[in-house]
Amino acid sequence: MSLLLDLFTIVAVSSGLFFFLAGTVGFLRFPDTLTRLHALTKADNLGLGLIVLGLLPRCPDLVSALKLVAIWALVQLGGATASQLIAEFARRGGGR
Amino acid sequence: MSLVVDLFMVLLILTSAVWTVLARDRRDAVIAFIVLGLQLSLVWMRLMAVDVALTEAAVGGGATGLVLLRACARLQPVEAEGRLPGLRAQIAAGLLCAGVGVALAAVILAPAAPAPSLAPAVAAHMDEVGLKNPVTVVLLAYRALDTLLEKVVLVLGLIGVWALAPDLFWGGRPASLRAASPSGTLTFLARVLPPVGVLIGVYLVWNGADHPGGTFQGGTVLAAMWLLVMMAGLGELPETRALRLRRLVAVGPALFIAVGLAGFWMADGFLSYPPEYAKPIIVAVEVALALSIAVILGLMVAGPAAKEPER
Repeated sequence: MSLLLDLFTIVAVSSGLFFFLAGTVGFLRFPDTLTRLHALTKADNLGLGLIVLGLLPRCPDLVSALKLVAIWALVQLGGATASQLIAEFARRGGGR
Repeated sequence: MSLVVDLFMVLLILTSAVWTVLARDRRDAVIAFIVLGLQLSLVWMRLMAVDVALTEAAVGGGATGLVLLRACARLQPVEAEGRLPGLRAQIAAGLLCAGVGVALAAVILAPAAPAPSLAPAVAAHMDEVGLKNPVTVVLLAYRALDTLLEKVVLVLGLIGVWALAPDLFWGGRPASLRAASPSGTLTFLARVLPPVGVLIGVYLVWNGADHPGGTFQGGTVLAAMWLLVMMAGLGELPETRALRLRRLVAVGPALFIAVGLAGFWMADGFLSYPPEYAKPIIVAVEVALALSIAVILGLMVAGPAAKEPER
């Protein structure tokens, strides 16, 4: 059972890291602000989401698990809002 | 393996630090400084200093960064007029900064051996205070005077910011933080986030007694929520002469000083607590300090009064 859980953590966290890597590469390589934001949101949503998912079985109790999920949800909210704001700014011609 | 990670972190931090100094554009420099603050908080996490990491992220990265960004915006018209400090002043500032850097490096690179530490003494007497977070014990029990002066300095800093207002505007409202055309997204965030953020701020303050967290971290989160509401235009900044506002600024330091004076006849002297009430007293002081810090940080970001007080 613990081997299965370990395997689950390793697979989920590694996939999360892959999305972070992909997001970073996209951020560096994509041509304009909007597509770069699109790349970053993948790291925020899926990357962090998968890492949190992989860490859930490691939590000693339910409260710490809920805290991890809450952190993910807050990062979602913050990231989504920040991307919207940057995108609006870029569309008004403020970006480079 | 961990050495590789540490070296990589050091490299990242040095890069951000150099970028902060070399960036031509002032706003780029501030953004690099914010990045530097977040990276430093990661280093504090690796050193297992969670309290310092939280403070660095909240104050070093967040609050200071915001104050500096506001300062940039205020300096833009000055820069456009070409009123930059002369070459001599620039060289003097550079030399002073280099001097401070070299002195700090000398202190850190050539420590006394063995490094002086009071950690065992603190660990031995933790039970007498009744809190479980050693950082809070040191800050509010053993080195309470330092913490008190730190908060007084914050009040003085705010007075300094307010003093930049012209006589005509004294006591009026600071310049509005509201964006020219508040975006719907920002308004949405300002409606959804504050309930959660206020809860997290209170949690950080309350938790500070036994776990990492405390007045500065919690106060900064509360200030951030207040500022978010202002920026979205859902609330207006109060006039700086408002009595309630000034009471909130003063309540933390004032309660701290009152508790300190009470120590003369309730315990051994200034800022010493009677052991049986140490925990409730410290928690009460922390709550008042967090309120004051939140209001002071918010007002520092808002800046000096920029409108005539309403009659």
